Parts: sequence; C-alpha cells; structure tokens
Amino acid sequence: MKVNGVSHPPSVDARRLLSDHLRHDLGLTGTHVGCEHGVCGCCTVLLDGAPVRSCLMLAVQAEGHDVTTIEGLAQDGGPLHPVQQAFHECHGLQCGFCTPGFVMSVVGLLQQHPDPTSEQVDEGIAGNLCRCTGYASIRRSVHRAAALSKK
Amino acid sequence: MKPAPFEYHAPNTVEEACALLASLEDAKILAGGQSLIPLLNFRLARPAHLVDINRVEGLDRIYQRDNGVAVQALARQSAVEDSDVAMRVCPLLVDAVRLVAHRVIRNRGTVCGSLAHADPASELPAVLLALGGHVVARSARGERTIAAGALFSGVMETSLSPDEVLVEAWFPASPAPSAIVEESRRHGDFAIAGVVRAGDRIALFGVAPTPVLADPKDPTKGLRPSGDLEATPEFRLHLIQVLTERAFAA
Repeated sequence: MKVNGVSHPPSVDARRLLSDHLRHDLGLTGTHVGCEHGVCGCCTVLLDGAPVRSCLMLAVQAEGHDVTTIEGLAQDGGPLHPVQQAFHECHGLQCGFCTPGFVMSVVGLLQQHPDPTSEQVDEGIAGNLCRCTGYASIRRSVHRAAALSKK
Repeated sequence: MKPAPFEYHAPNTVEEACALLASLEDAKILAGGQSLIPLLNFRLARPAHLVDINRVEGLDRIYQRDNGVAVQALARQSAVEDSDVAMRVCPLLVDAVRLVAHRVIRNRGTVCGSLAHADPASELPAVLLALGGHVVARSARGERTIAAGALFSGVMETSLSPDEVLVEAWFPASPAPSAIVEESRRHGDFAIAGVVRAGDRIALFGVAPTPVLADPKDPTKGLRPSGDLEATPEFRLHLIQVLTERAFAA
C-alpha cells in the first residue's frame, strides 16, 4: 500500500488493523487510537481520498490503495494544509488528542461540501469526539478551513 | 487491539467467494466491516475464516430495476446517499441511509452489509420491510430471492445460509408520502426506536428482535420491547406512538 505517497511492504499479519499497522509497523503515530470500535473518530485517515476509520479496516485491505495520514497533509517545513491552518488559527484544539481525526474528517467534509452550512458542519464532525468538549472552536475552525480552502 | 486469529481470503469473483464459503467451516463475509470489525476487535465474533469480498469487481452498482432500485453488495452507503438513481426512485432509502452512523462510517459501510448484519435497531432492514423489497442470495448451489418478510429471523439473525452471499438488495420505489423518523441519543447513534412509513404501511425498528410491520392506527399492538440503559419498555412504546404520529404528519 502507499502511505502518504510512499510504497510500503504489506502487513505480515492478516488480523493487523490498519490503525495498528500505521502506528506500530510504519511508525506513523500521528494517527491516534481511541475507542477502537469506530465511535471516537481519532483514527480517521483518508483511503483513496475519502475519510475512513483505520480501526475498522484490516491493514491487508488497504493493499493496492492510497492511504493519507495526518503526516501526509503538509510537507515538513512547508505551509500547513488549509484545515490544519484553520485549526491553528481558531485554536480548534485543547489537549489535541482528537485533532488528527477531526482534521482528516474535515478534509473529507469540505470535499463533499466546499461551503458547508452550520448544520452540515455539525453533521460532518458528529462522528468525532472531543473529550475536552472544545466543539465551539472546532466549528469555527471548519468554517475558517472552508474559507482558506477557497483561496 | 487485536482480533482473534483467522485465515484471510480475498476472492476476486462472486463465484470464488461462493466456492470458498461452500468449502470452509465457520467463515464470515467481510464487506464494509463497520459492524463486523468492531465485533472482531472485541472478540465477540471469532470466525475461523474471513472471506473479504472487497476485491470482487463489478459488485458495487446502484441501478434501476423493476420499478425499484437495486443496490449491490459493495455499494457503499455514501454512494447510495449520493446516488441520483436512488434519490429519484427511492428517496426514502436515501433519507434512511443518512441516519446510518456518520459519513466517515458510510464511506466504508454497505447497504447489503447492514441488511445481512440485521441489527434490530438499524434503519435499513426496516426500510426494506416497509417497502416490501427483497434480497438476492447467491451460493455454489445457485441463486435465490428472499423477501424482506422472510429475511429477518432474530436479533442479528437472517435466513441466509452460511454458504450464501447477499449479492444485491432491491428496494421498490418509495410511494409518496414516505418518511423515516427515529429517536436516538445523538445523530448517528443507533435508534432507541424508529418508524418507517411507506404510503399506508409502517415498519418499526428498535422495539423487537427484528423489524416488524405494524398497524398505523394501533402501532404498539402486541409489541413487547425490551428495556436497557437507553430506555424502558414503556418509553419505547411511547416513542412508537409519537413517532408514528410524526410519520403521518410529515
């Protein structure tokens, strides 16, 4: 599978979850693991451009596909991705644990709705949990991300 | 977290999948995995074999058939949500899909998987039942059609045989007016109770081991819902009354 544009050998163990493969085998620990049953959204990554839960996929299922993790959104030293920039500007995080998952979900949300209404924003982030309950700033970040993405 | 060990199979055709299912003991089909993988992660399910059908090509179509819409086994819920055909022929199905979990889950989850999983609180089985749709099951023995009324046999149990693949679901065109209304703690959660209205027919979900058809004039007749942390049986009965009224007021 390709992760952030780089080809990697397949996982040796069929029962390896994609989330564990990214973190333990490839060292990409930006993808966080929370509930491991699809509820919290922390482990969200892009599979061929669309956000999916990496804890609800086997690594072997991603063979032949492109995976993008939070590490792949911006180049080292380069400008942040518009969604990252927006979360930075609007302080869309407190402890930061949920942030990679939120950012990846919002990337998908803005592909689907480039100019989302407040309802679409709420629905778009409903699958991600922030235990700090910092949702007000996260909502603002999504609207800001939409504005930045259009520039 | 680690699922218990299993042997992994990735057939390239439906025929190969059927041959595998015919020859393997204790095999589960893996499609979207949004229900099965959590069960594996918690080790609530420990199948000896997983038959992953995601490599099968040409099994993700959504198309018009017999005054209804057919949804094949690998059509993701998000694809149905965005489908012009589904929206034109069966907008009730699109409304229901939007209530299934969250978009990120729907990017992977499949309509046919939801039907085969048969969670009593899930929306799509009740939609299939209210509309009087059917599913097409294929095995090495041949192909058969199972009407919605004969498909759901218990909590997460269907009349599909272990060697069968649910290759397609068919939803009749939704009559006007149709509606799906449910009560859940948060958007995307499983429903505490829900009502699907298709014209004069209603099907209920979340209140019995399977989705059930009911009399719109007396929707709770004969119902004996269970209680849990979310709701008492009495509250579920109350919800069914209120939701039925809403479905007919819509």
